[in-house]
Amino acid sequence: MMADTVHTAETTAREYDIVIVGGGPAGLAAAAAAKRAGNDSILILERDHELGGILNQCIHNGFGLHTFKEELTGPEYAWRFIQQVYDLGIEYKLNTMVMDISEDRVVTAMNREDGMFQIRAKAVILAMGCRERPRGALNIPGYRPAGIFSAGTAQRLVNMEGYMPGKEVVILGSGDIGLIMARRMTLEGAKVKVVAELMPYSGGLKRNIVQCLDDFGIPLKLSHTVVDIEGKEHITAVTIAEVGPDRRPVPGTEERYTCDTLLLSCGLIPENELSKAAGVELSPVTSGPVVNESLETSIPGVFACGNVLHVHDLVDYVSEEAARAGENAVKYIQGLGEAQNEGAADPAAEARRITLIAKQGVRYTVPSTIDPEKMDDLLTVRFRVGDVYKDSYVSVYFDDERVSHMKKRIIAPGEMEQVILQKSKLTGAGIRNITIMIEKE
Amino acid sequence: MEKRELTCIGCPMGCLVTVEMEGQEVLSVSGNTCKKGEIYARKEVVDPTRIVTSTVRIEGGDKPRLSVKTKSDVPKNRIHDVMEEINRCVVTAPVHIGDVVIENAAGTGVPVIATRNVEAVLG
Amino acid sequence: MIYDVVIIGAGVTGSAVARELSRYEANVCVLEKGEDVCSGTSKANSGIVHAGYDCQVGSMMARMNVRGNELMGQLAEDLDIPFKRIGSLAVCNDKDRMNDLQALYDRGIQNGVKGLQILNREEALEIEPNLADGVVAVMYAPSAGIVCPFRLNIALAENANRNGVEFRFNTKAEALCCDEDGIWHIRTNNGEYLTRTVVNAAGVYADVFHNMVSEKKIHITARRGDYCLLDKTVGNFVRHTVFQLPTKYGKGILVSPTVHGNVLVGPTAFDIEDKEATATTAEGIDDLTAKAALSMKNIPMRQVITSFAGLRAHEDGHEFILGEVADAPGFYDCAGIESPGLTSCPAIGEYTSGLIRDALGLKNKENWIGTEKDVLDPSALSIEERNELIRKEPAYGTIICRCESISEGEILDAIRRPLGARSLDGVKRRTRAGMGRCQAGFCSPRVMEILQRELGLPMEEITKSGGRSTIVSSRTKEDA
Repeated sequence: MMADTVHTAETTAREYDIVIVGGGPAGLAAAAAAKRAGNDSILILERDHELGGILNQCIHNGFGLHTFKEELTGPEYAWRFIQQVYDLGIEYKLNTMVMDISEDRVVTAMNREDGMFQIRAKAVILAMGCRERPRGALNIPGYRPAGIFSAGTAQRLVNMEGYMPGKEVVILGSGDIGLIMARRMTLEGAKVKVVAELMPYSGGLKRNIVQCLDDFGIPLKLSHTVVDIEGKEHITAVTIAEVGPDRRPVPGTEERYTCDTLLLSCGLIPENELSKAAGVELSPVTSGPVVNESLETSIPGVFACGNVLHVHDLVDYVSEEAARAGENAVKYIQGLGEAQNEGAADPAAEARRITLIAKQGVRYTVPSTIDPEKMDDLLTVRFRVGDVYKDSYVSVYFDDERVSHMKKRIIAPGEMEQVILQKSKLTGAGIRNITIMIEKE
Repeated sequence: MEKRELTCIGCPMGCLVTVEMEGQEVLSVSGNTCKKGEIYARKEVVDPTRIVTSTVRIEGGDKPRLSVKTKSDVPKNRIHDVMEEINRCVVTAPVHIGDVVIENAAGTGVPVIATRNVEAVLG
Repeated sequence: MIYDVVIIGAGVTGSAVARELSRYEANVCVLEKGEDVCSGTSKANSGIVHAGYDCQVGSMMARMNVRGNELMGQLAEDLDIPFKRIGSLAVCNDKDRMNDLQALYDRGIQNGVKGLQILNREEALEIEPNLADGVVAVMYAPSAGIVCPFRLNIALAENANRNGVEFRFNTKAEALCCDEDGIWHIRTNNGEYLTRTVVNAAGVYADVFHNMVSEKKIHITARRGDYCLLDKTVGNFVRHTVFQLPTKYGKGILVSPTVHGNVLVGPTAFDIEDKEATATTAEGIDDLTAKAALSMKNIPMRQVITSFAGLRAHEDGHEFILGEVADAPGFYDCAGIESPGLTSCPAIGEYTSGLIRDALGLKNKENWIGTEKDVLDPSALSIEERNELIRKEPAYGTIICRCESISEGEILDAIRRPLGARSLDGVKRRTRAGMGRCQAGFCSPRVMEILQRELGLPMEEITKSGGRSTIVSSRTKEDA
């Protein structure tokens, strides 16, 4: 079945219960879950010409082990969810850019066929994903020639458009996309000379270091960075130097590599310009919205999931989180009829609210607050740590009482961690704060 | 006796595992922290395999390249040969996810299959 | 054919002279070694329209600055150039240097700058709340402004071209001499050009051409300036262009809003040998970060979206060298055009074209058109107007650059208009596509596709900025 041309049943409809911004893994899973939860008025707005988002360019395998118990490539994983959206008859618009989301959930979007249009939504699910940190933000000295790409841009060019950026490659940053691109470029006939990583550890999966670098004899230089870029028109060489504990280059350690391509894989940033303009409160740590147990942002009825909320390590967790956002949006809409006045503060709920505190190695938690009445029986709290910890404990405190103490052989910044909270333990317990931290013992 | 060192890929620990071998027979595995490390090391030294993913040229399609993968693992030392065959391969749209594009990649007995849909464009 | 005027350089100065000359009945040609206008000194500067208080009294620089500032408002209106007269502040961090601030004020008055005021700290904080704690007083110059330097350059060239001036890109002047009939022969990589007069607007290379024809040698140093550009989300951090008290290396580090709502911090000043060395350095970026903190406090440097370096054409005497060269009749210099060169360009154009008009006895063109429209900005339209536009031209409904919300329609306009864009940077300077926070990560493959389609070139020949700056090297699977 091909649904590429089926856009919407009724293009003139300008009111939907749920508008989902983004048709990548998060948006698709949220839509499918919302539909299954009983809502029939859902619209996905996707800026690209197909559903699936960034997965379409991630042609390597390793997706879906948790969700489907088999190893899929990115496009295959996306296809499973795209099919669900087709089969469930969920409406979507492609090539459609959301230009604005207002605080009262009016979504302004634009495409060639409909022009600029507005949709009044009862709930909005933010699923815009993330973008790569560009060179400018890294402030690498040197020239600004052609031949410098973020790893994801190169991935799109190679895997989808079928173009090679170049033949002699240096990669800065050992995030998974950088590692994956080291292998892709090598398989396509390029010589990847070195991968430099600023930190003393790689943010990428061990599996990718072995299978994308070691398999092909590509050196990984930890605690190294690019200190100079040569080439006035096109890049001709880069200089890499070791960095000290202050992450500043150590003089005398410079090594020059000739190259025609520099790929940057230096981190991802949730793409929250729309959220910010709407007035959604953002976390300075994740750059994503601050959300409660329902994945609802500071604006009632606006939910967030996937990489726009916080950058995930595995797409499986994105799908799982997004499904909860979809279900919660449906619950929210069902609750609208009962509530006396929408949006007004509920003093009882305020009194029940538990604040999650991330400290001692834990950088953040998602969610940030919990209303025990509204949470599911089991609630997954996800977080990341700021350093590598070996033989340490993930501890959970309810106010001052330590309620859980889980030994972990290793906890690393590259991987998301989680703790699961039980509703029964939180309801009526009068807990103010839940603190998650890393302890040595 | 031969000693091989490898990094376990089971978790972020990345244990440096040492395997002692006599021919194809594993005598001992050390350096691993858990059972996963031993299982991985035993397989990796005797029969290292990988899934190969890439793209092939496609004619008459709405996309210039079709993403593909080997349907199952191929021996690690055959990756290069499999890629050569993939690089030579040209298919004609439409092709759908799961369609076989190469029956037997480089004689490994493993087929190469499409991992996405590419529709035919008219004209 | 023998031209009346050949201008070397399609930067902002050469383009301003070309536009002013286009008022007259004359055959004018501009030779540009780059692939586009605005590809040398003019592409990386502060975009400031200076008031003119710090130029030496009685200098050509002072005269051109003040006149250029006067002309800028009308020019911006005529050529649809983003320009805002936001005013500037020169800050004094040291009670002991108050006399320097006063001297600056006095010089400004002598140069004819209007509206200058010295404000104490409290008064200054009312109009510029984030001034650094050490600022004791400021001089406020309400006539200063900010302009889009790309659009200024491009609009001048477009308007010149509309009125018949020819532009030759990728054409590098290599040597020139005058024959006994007084005709100048300019040898280029694309053949020889003959002309009655030559305008030397070659930026950092202006000394090279001057010294080919004159015994009275000049020397121009490329003075590099590093800049950092901050995201629009912190665009309200600063309201005026905030300068420091000038030093011998120029006007110090400034912190300023840009016309498009970003914040610009820079430039440093490093004298360098290589006239193409626009590489930033770590020291430069550290230096500007440290110095900028003297004028403004808590500058959100975490919001840097790009850093870059530009070159100023610094002449040893720190003066604009304008007019016909005494021992080379028919050869007109526009040399040493460093800051306030952008501000001065309308005046330099007026002055230089006036000299040539008088020398050649040029007559006014009857059908001269003095106005241009910028690439249409749909974000300035109402929803109804925008929908009308998309109905007529659906490309305006497809957003290509997400960060700056630039549509395919705008990019097509930038490519199709006279002297249109032929590279990613050309599109960027005309539309801002790729200039936002992701720095073209998402949109560059799509802009490349549009360029390929419009120019009929293979992707492998699409460049970032002409020459060898190609972006992709080959197709995958084609070596097999």
